[in-house]
Amino acid sequence: MRYKILTAAFAAAVSSPFAAPASAADLEVAHWWTSGGEAAAVAELAKAFDATGNKWVDAAIAGAGNTARPIMVSRITGGDPMAAFQFNTGRQAEELIEAGLLRDLTDVATKENWAQVIRPASLLEGCTVDGKIYCVVVNIHSWQWLWLSNKAFADAGVPVPTNWDEFVAAAPALEAAGKIPLAIGGQPWQTTGAFNVLIPAIAGKDVFLKVYKDHDAEAAAGPEIAKVFKAADDARRMSAKSNVQDWNQATNLVITGQAGGQIMGDWAQGEFQVAGQVAGKDYTCLPGLGVNELISTGGDSFYFPKLDDPEKTAAQDVLASTMLSPTTQVAFNLKKGSVPVRGDVDLAAANDCMKKGLEILASGNIIPDTNQLNTEDTNNQLNDLFVEFFKTPTLTPEEAQKRFAAIIAAAD
Amino acid sequence: MSNPATIAITVAGTSAIADELSGPRGPKPRVAFSRRNIFIYGTLIFAAIYYLIPLYVMIVTSLKGMPEIRLGNIFSPPVEITFEPWVKAWATACTGLNCDGLSRGFWNSVRITIPSVVVSIAIASINGYALANWRFKGAEIFFTILIVGAFIPYQVMIYPIVIVLREMGLYGSLTGLVIVHSIFGMPILTLLFRNYFASLPEELFKAARVDGAGFWGIYFRIMLPMSLPIFVVAIILQVTGIWNDFLFGVVYTKPDTYPMTVQLNNIVNSVQGVKEYNVNMAATLITGLVPLVIYFVSGKLFVRGIAAGAVKG
Amino acid sequence: MSRPKQLFRNLNAKIASIPMILTAVVIFVGGTAWTVVHSFTNSRLLPRLNFIGLAQYERLWTTPRWLISIENLLIYGSLSLIFSLLVGFILAALLDQKIRFEDTFRTIFLYPFALSFVVTGLVWQWLLNPDFGVQSVVRSMGWESFTFNPLYDKDLVIYGILFAGLWQGTGLVMCLMLAGLRGIDEDVWKAARVDGIPMWKTYLFIVIPMMRPVFVTTLVIIASGVVRVYDLVVAQTSGGPALASEVPAKYVYDYMFAAQNLGQGFAASTMMLLTVAIIIVPWAYLEFGRRR
Repeated sequence: MRYKILTAAFAAAVSSPFAAPASAADLEVAHWWTSGGEAAAVAELAKAFDATGNKWVDAAIAGAGNTARPIMVSRITGGDPMAAFQFNTGRQAEELIEAGLLRDLTDVATKENWAQVIRPASLLEGCTVDGKIYCVVVNIHSWQWLWLSNKAFADAGVPVPTNWDEFVAAAPALEAAGKIPLAIGGQPWQTTGAFNVLIPAIAGKDVFLKVYKDHDAEAAAGPEIAKVFKAADDARRMSAKSNVQDWNQATNLVITGQAGGQIMGDWAQGEFQVAGQVAGKDYTCLPGLGVNELISTGGDSFYFPKLDDPEKTAAQDVLASTMLSPTTQVAFNLKKGSVPVRGDVDLAAANDCMKKGLEILASGNIIPDTNQLNTEDTNNQLNDLFVEFFKTPTLTPEEAQKRFAAIIAAAD
Repeated sequence: MSNPATIAITVAGTSAIADELSGPRGPKPRVAFSRRNIFIYGTLIFAAIYYLIPLYVMIVTSLKGMPEIRLGNIFSPPVEITFEPWVKAWATACTGLNCDGLSRGFWNSVRITIPSVVVSIAIASINGYALANWRFKGAEIFFTILIVGAFIPYQVMIYPIVIVLREMGLYGSLTGLVIVHSIFGMPILTLLFRNYFASLPEELFKAARVDGAGFWGIYFRIMLPMSLPIFVVAIILQVTGIWNDFLFGVVYTKPDTYPMTVQLNNIVNSVQGVKEYNVNMAATLITGLVPLVIYFVSGKLFVRGIAAGAVKG
Repeated sequence: MSRPKQLFRNLNAKIASIPMILTAVVIFVGGTAWTVVHSFTNSRLLPRLNFIGLAQYERLWTTPRWLISIENLLIYGSLSLIFSLLVGFILAALLDQKIRFEDTFRTIFLYPFALSFVVTGLVWQWLLNPDFGVQSVVRSMGWESFTFNPLYDKDLVIYGILFAGLWQGTGLVMCLMLAGLRGIDEDVWKAARVDGIPMWKTYLFIVIPMMRPVFVTTLVIIASGVVRVYDLVVAQTSGGPALASEVPAKYVYDYMFAAQNLGQGFAASTMMLLTVAIIIVPWAYLEFGRRR
């Protein structure tokens, strides 16, 4: 396997005309990866880019939507753009593309055969507008994980559940032992995330796609989604006592065994790791809530604003190709805790949960991330709805579903 | 405070205060534990405890290791004191690639804060002076606009100001940022100075005019020396606001001139990944030290202000 | 008086006011006009002039979150005004009694003002958390039934935020009041003493009316802070539980930037500004237009 990476890297180096640039340039790269692990991951990207003789000028700004985005957009509309910036994979940059502010990377993509190496293919589709490719997808993060505390279940004297239904059934035992069955933080995106994980687990992949991809209001108001709201109602009851805000405070409740479980994306693994917990022994991870083993393919992408300086433009190509090179992909994703977008690399160092994710990815049982399907406007309206639903016992599932269907009907 | 008992105590204390107010003349009655003193110091200490509790939590948290914080007792003193979070916050916390903590942006912040504070206060104090003492036709219209402007959420103005700065060719420069800080400091500061100058005795101003002093002469020789307390308030407002400003510093400049708050925000505000609460607390305390020093030092001017006022008045 | 003379009257004052006039006209009027115009468009990530009439406003006023936000602002705003003025003035008056350690006390009260909202919000979130904050401490001391859980109770959450807001902001109010008190002539106190007026009466009927301009300044500072309150809510509760602590400024930013719907954000900010202008303009005209 190691040999395979090396040859791939070698092949990339030889086939890439950018590997030894005639002229080097400093490129400013903006992103919101600022926590310890994230910063270490970015360092891998920068190291690889600096090795090409160019220089990565780092512009890290924490706080995705509300903080980093106005800064990035200001710089671009102020006529003084950075050379590259990160958004979540999905529709967040579609307007910048339409406005002609971003570079078309099709040439690099064809030369390096992105269409073949990037898996799943849907990731590249997300970057494609009118047949042209505008972004580099660097990783895959998935949301569909239920993290369970083995200690909490041992304390309650029930076996660790293997799927959502068993988990719901175990809730009374957990409560009797003084545990919070399900930890959900108070931030709105966490409640929406949990609901969006419940949809494919309870109603299946097709319903998920009908609702979020086709924005089919009828499906959103239909009996399948009603079942999901019933499950969300269970989740709401189970999480009623989780008095925390941040997602990692909720994770901490699971780590310390005060809570039975948490529905959260794969980034939660970092918290378990730092706390010295071992997958399978101290905690259990159930992809797709153990019901329908699938994962979503969200993640991060880099976009490249149009620049006047031809040297910088050439360097942008080098950066794009560097980000996708097999060696960079492995080094970056191991630190980031995400999955590489290339199928042809080896991840021997991955832990048990990550390996489960890789298997599912290889089996192709995947769904797009809601960022790829919905506009941010729709996602925010959903946030407003679900945070209210999860924290308001008097809001009935039926009423909430009506509002859900209305948001889906208005979505574009 | 409408409690009749407290009022009674206050009233009882009045004679004592009156004695003290008579100033240096005559011997002071030195009663250390008078009811008045107990009331005053009691209230102040009680209030001080309320103000200090969160600070205490921040300090002890910043001295704990992460495993200890996970145990969850926020009030307990650290079992094992570690200064590592402070060192990390100042020198090694990573902001993307650059792992040199808050130290990286410190001098940038100084370079941004000093001219911005000076320029914004200079402009606003002159505005206030012109509005209070040299009213011209239409002045109150502009002033009213400014006051309404004080209520506009900053973020709403980001894009229009990007356009204005771009057209002026100042986008991305320190000058542009100083202008932005002066603009957003202007409403409140102008109001502050205008109202203060308006409350000074008008006779002073009239006498100076009779003596032939002009616009600038009166400003520098009379108004400025008499207004130290209000300048202190203005300095407190601006140093705090500009030193802690993150948004303008990052929207209107470039990475090599980013202020320290960018690093603070990056340490404190990361969305994903592990949150290190101890480093967050240490970083916040370190960042807060500069305004704190300014508060303490400039506090001396509060006293001098009255002295100057008393002499002239 | 001839016309040119009128123009050159107070010439220095007019020249000195040029920055103010430019700011008022270009930034505040110009910038506001720009955002109002864009509130009638369907601008999303980028400002664009694609007009859709009043649709953004219709959506705004049918959104439950916006209505809750306004209600919260009214509660938070009025309580914040009352308590900051009251506490700030009392602290300033106590500090003004020629006490020892004035610098220390003043710095303690003012210190919170220097700390970032994000972390102060976090600390207050901890302090008010039932599981590891004040409630758990009191319970561990033996009072088992003690309940103090403002941040996770929809009816109380706004008061939990008020706690932190007052902690952060009253120091500044105290400073303003202290500056005002220091501007009062010692002779006033002496005269009051000679006339045998009790201290509280001197404060209430002589000193406070003399400090009217300072009170006006303070009122505007507090009120503008209240209208723009955002970071504190985000850091403490993210607007929750449910939407119980949402505020208008947060709605504006969330929809402008996180939701990439500039039009909706601008519509909300226009409504905010309109309300403020309706209250402020007539008052400012009365307050500043006359006198002198």
